[in-house]
Amino acid sequence: MKKEILKLRGVKVHFPVQAGVFNRVVGHVLAVDGVDLDIFRGEVLGLAGESGCGKTTLGKAILRLVEPTDGEVKYISQDDDETELTSLEKKDMDPFRKKLQIVFQDPHSSLNPSFTIFGSLQDPLKKFGIKSKEERRKIIGDLLEAVNMRREYMDRYPHEFSGGQRQRIGIVRALCLEPELIVCDEAVSALDVSIQAQVLKLLMQLKKEKNLTYLFITHDLSVTEYLCDRIAVMYLGRIVELCVSEDLYNNTLHPYSEALISAIPVADLDKQTKRIVLEGDVPSPVNPPKGCPFHPRCPKATDICKTEVPTLKKYSTNGNEHYASCHLIDLPEIT
Amino acid sequence: MAKSSLDKKFDQIRKREEEKTFSTKKRSRIVNKFLNNRLAVLGLIIFTIIILASIFAPLLSPYDPMRVDLRSMRQPPSFDHWFGTDSTGRDVFTRVLFGGRVSIFIGLGSAILSAVVGIAVGCYAGYKGGWIDVIALRISEIFMSFPQIILVLLLVSITGQSLFNLMAIFILTGWGGMYRLARARMLSLREEEYVQALRSFGLSTFTICYKHMLPNALSPIMVNITLSTAMFILTEAGLSFLGLGVPLNIPTWGNILNVAQDILILQNYWWMWGPVGIVISVFVLCVNFIGDGLRDSTDPSQQG
Ligand SMILES: Nc1ncnc2c1ncn2[C@@H]1O[C@H](COP(=O)(O)OP(=O)(O)OP(=O)(O)O)[C@@H](O)[C@H]1O
Ligand code: SF4
Ligand SMILES: [Mg+2]
Repeated sequence: MKKEILKLRGVKVHFPVQAGVFNRVVGHVLAVDGVDLDIFRGEVLGLAGESGCGKTTLGKAILRLVEPTDGEVKYISQDDDETELTSLEKKDMDPFRKKLQIVFQDPHSSLNPSFTIFGSLQDPLKKFGIKSKEERRKIIGDLLEAVNMRREYMDRYPHEFSGGQRQRIGIVRALCLEPELIVCDEAVSALDVSIQAQVLKLLMQLKKEKNLTYLFITHDLSVTEYLCDRIAVMYLGRIVELCVSEDLYNNTLHPYSEALISAIPVADLDKQTKRIVLEGDVPSPVNPPKGCPFHPRCPKATDICKTEVPTLKKYSTNGNEHYASCHLIDLPEIT
Repeated sequence: MAKSSLDKKFDQIRKREEEKTFSTKKRSRIVNKFLNNRLAVLGLIIFTIIILASIFAPLLSPYDPMRVDLRSMRQPPSFDHWFGTDSTGRDVFTRVLFGGRVSIFIGLGSAILSAVVGIAVGCYAGYKGGWIDVIALRISEIFMSFPQIILVLLLVSITGQSLFNLMAIFILTGWGGMYRLARARMLSLREEEYVQALRSFGLSTFTICYKHMLPNALSPIMVNITLSTAMFILTEAGLSFLGLGVPLNIPTWGNILNVAQDILILQNYWWMWGPVGIVISVFVLCVNFIGDGLRDSTDPSQQG
């Protein structure tokens, strides 16, 4: 039986836009605008979408690196205790900070240039009760070996490492308190393709060894197919499609996902489908279009799309749950 | 299967990484770059000589800077009195040495203290943002827009002249610049991913901003400290020359220069004001060279 580790309900993150001499709030960036999502223990959930659609913001909202404007983030422990995270006081958040961690995108800003690896990693360990220095060194050394680096590297400075190495150190940092869920925010996008593959394999290997759950953020749908159990596609701060990976590629329901998938380069020429080119830019999240947020660019848009907002409905493909939000889906809705 | 292909690949990468000799630590790279800058090194040498000479003044000169000796008034430079003597027979060379103590103390002390205040406020406000930041920003603007000379006049007329009043004024008018520098650095640093990572562990604001972020904001601040030191020394000299700075009985470079107000001395006794003027200029120039050298060697955009 699948058990949830996180339940997001109506999560919104709105950034105020300020202007003028007195910093008056003139509007809001609707970076995340009402996301419902369940993440199950032990799965790899992909989160895909174009740049600026709010993937990083959603990932950070889960860890409360940005405060959600509205909505609930519930953490469910192994003994089925539910805790709502967004309403917790800062200090009550600590036990959950251990469980939820993040690996960042940019290997160049992800490590502090003024400290050795050990120097920047030891404070979190200290805070979570590992008092002896020897023990801290052992934990970090062991983890460095787990990501195929040498223990001695902990006494070196970040500038001595390559991008791939830095990213592996970022993984060490995320792992050092034995988390349950890791948000991988485009964890390999900045790396060379050959290094990408190795870091991805490493992530999968660690997942197996340590029973991790990943929220795998990416803008590249060609990677997700092989890695992720399920994939959520995001557009302008909302989830527009959510299903098992295979179904996303073989039984695509949402026109936006279709367009993203058609943009993946295919090696096999026979399989090459016609590429759907999206017209126009992503609309500004400050003033999202009325009706279906995708309608100005949607090749299938009809009149109803301009006025009515489609909701995320549950369908079934290949016997799997399949959520999508589009008016034109002619499958029976499951309630 | 003994080893997965993944392991093998990683072993290969590791071997390559080890063959590459790692560069030495970052610190020494900055030092090297600084040492390659001739002007900065020259500045540092003269700066050190002047500071050491001031500190060890009693060893270098047999005279007492305050002792009036009416038998040897207004003597030109000689073997006994290298810079001559002033109108009350005090040895000018000795006074320049002892004056250096006070002047450098005021300059460096005010610069460091205003940096401490500016950094303490700027780091916290820049990292936290919100109303704390807005208030701190407005207060700094008020202090920075207040003309220094009027503040000096005000304080002198209220509390009288004293060394510490002068330093207090320098700090009041100087911390704003440091604050802005620290704040600006923190604003850009707080978006860095390593800061986000520290926050994701729930570390305290103090640990994050003063321990982990501050070291990365220090180099422009160090440069600013040197430049402010030079500026404060010049301002002290200027104010003391006008009789508004340090009380006249304490020898400072500005107070020694003060005698040049007298047109008679200005025209006839060049040694009473000339050498001290040169020492001030050279010292300020050296400090500026050091500041430039520091800026170039710590500028991250110029690091290979
Ligand atoms: N701190 C902030 N203040 C204001 N607006 C923000 C802030 N952070 C993000 N945004 C805006 O929110 C929107 C979503 O940003 P986000 O970084 O989550 O996108 P993303 O999907 O991660 O994109 P990318 O693929 O480029 O990383 C963007 O329009 C961005 O400009
Ligand atoms: S609702 Fe209309 S505009 Fe939106 S995705 Fe479906 S067809 Fe396109
Ligand atoms: Mg992002």
